[in-house]
Amino acid sequence: MAILVGKDTRVVVQGITGSAGKFHAAQCIAYGTQIVAGCTPGRGGETFSAPGPGDKPVNVPVFDTVTEAVKQTGATVSCIFVPALGAADAILEAADAGCDLVVCITEGIPVMDMIRTRRALAGRKTRLIGPNCPGIITPGACKIGIMPGHIHKVGKIGVVSRSGTLTYEAVGQLTALGLGQSTCIGIGGDPVGGLDFVDVLSLFNDDPDTYAVMMMGEIGGNAEERAADYIKTRMKKPVAGFIAGTTAPPGKRMGHAGAIISGGKGTAADKIAALEAAGVKVAPTPSEMGVTLKSML
Amino acid sequence: MKIHEYQGKQIFAKYGIPVPKGVVAFTAEEAQKAAEQLLAETKAPVVVVKAQIHAGGRGKGGGVKVVKDGPSAVKDVAGKLLGMQLVTHQTGPEGQQVRRLYIEQGLDIARELYLGMVVDRETRRIALMASTEGGVEIEKVAEETPEKILTKYIDPVIGLGAYQARELAFGLRITDGSPDPKKTLKQFVSIVTRLCELFEKEDCSLCEVNPLIVTKQGDVVALDSKINFDDNAADRHPGWAELRDVDEEDPVELEAKAAGLSYVSLDGDIGCLVNGAGLAMSTMDIIQHYGGQPANFLDVGGGATKEQVTRAFKMILSSPKVKGIFVNIFGGIMKCDVIAEGVIAATKELGLKVPLVVRLEGTNVEQGKALLQNSGLAIQPADTMADGAQKIVAAIRG
Repeated sequence: MAILVGKDTRVVVQGITGSAGKFHAAQCIAYGTQIVAGCTPGRGGETFSAPGPGDKPVNVPVFDTVTEAVKQTGATVSCIFVPALGAADAILEAADAGCDLVVCITEGIPVMDMIRTRRALAGRKTRLIGPNCPGIITPGACKIGIMPGHIHKVGKIGVVSRSGTLTYEAVGQLTALGLGQSTCIGIGGDPVGGLDFVDVLSLFNDDPDTYAVMMMGEIGGNAEERAADYIKTRMKKPVAGFIAGTTAPPGKRMGHAGAIISGGKGTAADKIAALEAAGVKVAPTPSEMGVTLKSML
Repeated sequence: MKIHEYQGKQIFAKYGIPVPKGVVAFTAEEAQKAAEQLLAETKAPVVVVKAQIHAGGRGKGGGVKVVKDGPSAVKDVAGKLLGMQLVTHQTGPEGQQVRRLYIEQGLDIARELYLGMVVDRETRRIALMASTEGGVEIEKVAEETPEKILTKYIDPVIGLGAYQARELAFGLRITDGSPDPKKTLKQFVSIVTRLCELFEKEDCSLCEVNPLIVTKQGDVVALDSKINFDDNAADRHPGWAELRDVDEEDPVELEAKAAGLSYVSLDGDIGCLVNGAGLAMSTMDIIQHYGGQPANFLDVGGGATKEQVTRAFKMILSSPKVKGIFVNIFGGIMKCDVIAEGVIAATKELGLKVPLVVRLEGTNVEQGKALLQNSGLAIQPADTMADGAQKIVAAIRG
């Protein structure tokens, strides 16, 4: 089961002919993801080829528009590698084409574009993951994004995080402990994005194949505090957490556009306190994320 | 990206937001000349000399002077301000050197208000905040008397509704004490509406007017301006390049930005090279957990090249405060052998005089480890983040 994506998920890659799109589409195909279409305006009619599992060649038709790609191939999920200034437009194109889920990997999208895009998505069925995120993976079934597939293992732990490599770190620890994952989602490090912690936690809550959740937050904003509220009142499954940035100085932007402590708000201490009050076990160091979760099972 | 007050006011003026008359000055002589011109034009008895640095709290720090005694007094004041290290609650204890001044018309202030705009993550909209407590640290107001801050959220499709502007105006009792309430209300509504338009069109990440004043004549004027731009939008604003003042920016952070790296200087002595912002922050955290102090936050990004890694590693090596280095990589897109090659290339060029601990994990980890092992460099390998952090802390203490 898992959430949002599985082995039958059909994916269109927007920006499949660009360098990032090419590389990662090939990686996803090699993992076994059903990449059924590509989209690059002006490159319709071309074919993208890459070896699938067992080195069996996979040929992917490229279309000029997402609408055409969806019509011809039945893709329901889009994965975006379009450059930053065109990415918001690409998200809306996928939504208008009727995609259920859009995974936007692109980083560096102006926040004003995302404010407008979120407003435009209001009331539609399309869900957005990202931008500025590693994507989503249901181990053994479907990888949509840039995470290294081989560190994952099929299992029952849901993973959700604002950061890419920190997610890999957590997944690596879980796998080393023999704890596989149901689905792992990087929701992205930008101030305005798609699914947030609460959205993903509620999906895991309703997923019979997820037994526990590992969530990694970071300084800035109050998404973790809102997640703590949800966990306290609604979550039926154990949640372990980690918050990055305990030692970050206020007023400095720590890489992610969203990771900044401003006006004394969004500190790691506040977030850890909120999560602990909600019954979440928070790992004291990033090396102990896996064992912290294991201790709750 | 931050810009100076006077540059912000030029943008305000472009959008029809009233600002006092003013002239920028780089020398005391220019300041004197500017004062002569302003006093003649405005017939006002005073001018204000304002230090231009990219930090708030300038008034309290002594960077804003009201001068009553004419142009030669302005020259004296300007001479003292230029070159001084101005310390405010935002600059840190070392302060920021004053290199530019803004000489501005004095006005008869009746009331000082606050206007500010930021991106609100929770509502995913721009938040417009207004307060009667202008001219002071708004952070303090927010903490002590949050009820004195009025907030409106702006629908990106509609823009600021006229009713929202009126609600703020009446909430601030903007017309109180004005000799011409109708005029004052109209001006206020016009200013906030234009400010919202400016914020969106110019891709701001922050815009503050503190204070926004009402004069004794009932006019509403932006007496200060603070604008930060969203760096992600730089490619569609070619004009930003000229507004940049590199004197106000950390040279190492600038170099990093040019190389496509994300770097923040910190006070400690352990240099860090990490891929990914979350992991980089966590690496800082774990170093402190084991009793060390990070010298920097450095995220080489998801897909750095060997050249970028080399450059990043050189930046760390060339910092005199660095007494040890911790490289922590979880390779996804980033391949461990690429990191290893970059580290080796940089150390071969600059030499390695401090302990180096490297923790590699993920894609091509075996190749990366082999490269480091065969490089002949004195590198301590680590298996986990905790192992690496403990090793580097022990190494610089030993």
